[in-house]
Amino acid sequence: MQLYLPIAEVSVNAFLLLGLGGIVGFMSGMFGVGGGFLITPLLFFIGVPPAVAVATGANQVVASSVSGVLAQLRRKGVDFTMGWVLLVGGIVGSAIGIWVFRLMTAAGQVDLFVQLSYVIFLGLIGAMMFQESLRSLLRARKPGAPIRRAHVHSWVHGLPFKMKFRASGLYISVIPPLAVGALVGFLAAIMGVGGGFIMVPAMIYLLGMPTKVVIGTSLFQIIFVTAFTTVMHAVTSQTVDMMLALLLILGGVVGAQIGTRVGMRLKAEQLRILLSLLVLAVSVRIAVDLLLEPSELYSVAGALP
Amino acid sequence: MIRLALLLVALALPAAAQEQIVAGMSQNRVSITADFDGSEILIYGAVKRAGPPPEGVGPLEVIVTVQGPSTPVTVRRKDRVAGIWLNNAEVRVDSAPSFYAVATTGPLDHILSDTDNLRHAITIERVIRAVGITQEADRAGEFLLGLLRVRTDEGRYRVLQGKVELTEETLFRTDVILPANLTEGEYKVRLFLLRDKRVIAHQERVIGVRKEGLERWIFNLAQEEPLIYGLLSLVLAAVAGWGASAAFRLVRA
Repeated sequence: MQLYLPIAEVSVNAFLLLGLGGIVGFMSGMFGVGGGFLITPLLFFIGVPPAVAVATGANQVVASSVSGVLAQLRRKGVDFTMGWVLLVGGIVGSAIGIWVFRLMTAAGQVDLFVQLSYVIFLGLIGAMMFQESLRSLLRARKPGAPIRRAHVHSWVHGLPFKMKFRASGLYISVIPPLAVGALVGFLAAIMGVGGGFIMVPAMIYLLGMPTKVVIGTSLFQIIFVTAFTTVMHAVTSQTVDMMLALLLILGGVVGAQIGTRVGMRLKAEQLRILLSLLVLAVSVRIAVDLLLEPSELYSVAGALP
Repeated sequence: MIRLALLLVALALPAAAQEQIVAGMSQNRVSITADFDGSEILIYGAVKRAGPPPEGVGPLEVIVTVQGPSTPVTVRRKDRVAGIWLNNAEVRVDSAPSFYAVATTGPLDHILSDTDNLRHAITIERVIRAVGITQEADRAGEFLLGLLRVRTDEGRYRVLQGKVELTEETLFRTDVILPANLTEGEYKVRLFLLRDKRVIAHQERVIGVRKEGLERWIFNLAQEEPLIYGLLSLVLAAVAGWGASAAFRLVRA
């Protein structure tokens, strides 16, 4: 069934969109990532103009995150205190990110800048997660091996302004979560994604939050970041395609519910290894695009009426 | 320049008076609705003559063009810099149509002279007004070719040589397929009669392409009330997210 999208001005198969939404929603529910880093490249691939893909992708991530958070809420997987602290940092970081983005646009190299940040951050985080989770998976296979403590006391715990994060079972300074939120907000604004794939490992490795609350809290924060992005895009460039979003959402919310349930069956290490592989795959894909000679050297920039 | 043009028009007039176009189209408006998947337009017509076909001249040829709304575009070229392929040079093109199709009775270079192509802007290269782009980049011609290639691959630019059927030098017809990725606006249809590579008569028609129904409503809301539209998109997303969550709980319970 072909469907004409009023804002994107292309005709695409409705079931293809439902399927795409479903796959990304599944990932989102399983790993607690918004799926922005997957949906946007996939939409480019099926011929949706980049500006519409970025804006509508953000709208879709709102829906799958809401669905995911509600599922997490019932199993008490959301640390609201931590969520709000991260969000405050996120807004500050996002404002700085938008400013840097404007500078790069003026310099005319925004595409390259975005692609390079994808390769660097996805590659770095993917590799780190993969190495760490592989090690803990191997350790779990060997009984009797020394068990490492969930989180070690480090310089992070010596900082002032301590706050109790009950759901996470943490009593730490607000500075690290604020900084993590700001970093994620900054990257999110530059890369046009919710930032879950950075947030999740940062929460686990930097803040030492238990895996149980990481996904829900990350999704909680992503809702607000992507909601802000959606409205900004709708107002400044009219690039949110409601019809496209609705189909992606319908597929996505169902996928997110299934993903959450599958995710609960898997062990935390397996989950992290899968997410790291996915992140690495996207990073390699973009790196290949940058390194191989493209079949078409010329591109025509938008400005269709 | 104007005087030369007037002279050419004056020279063309006697022939034009002899043979004229009577044209019709299967539809003069296209509605883009939710299930829009491209549209086929039949353009047909006849040659009206006062007497018998003129003698001692070449055969009659017909060219039909369909042109979508034009906009300025930026064409960028990637180059390898430090091992990475990145956009390195760009050229602004003042005006390029979003859609352009040329249907003819025969190969363009056999039936159309360069002078008449220049005068009537028939081929796509002539339609794209690339004024002053040579100053911006040293190889502007390559950028123009790049633009043509990209848009041809997208199905936006088409050359349909030999796709106009002409019967007994009198009746002609052609089908032009408008693609699914159609842009809203006025589509200009031009019909040309040619003999000896020269245009002897031409006519213009317009097809109105408009979004209708739900498509129209969404598009207008996005343009006129962007804040409400943005918030509505969010509400939609939140409700759908909550709905799926609630539905799954029901299924499990």
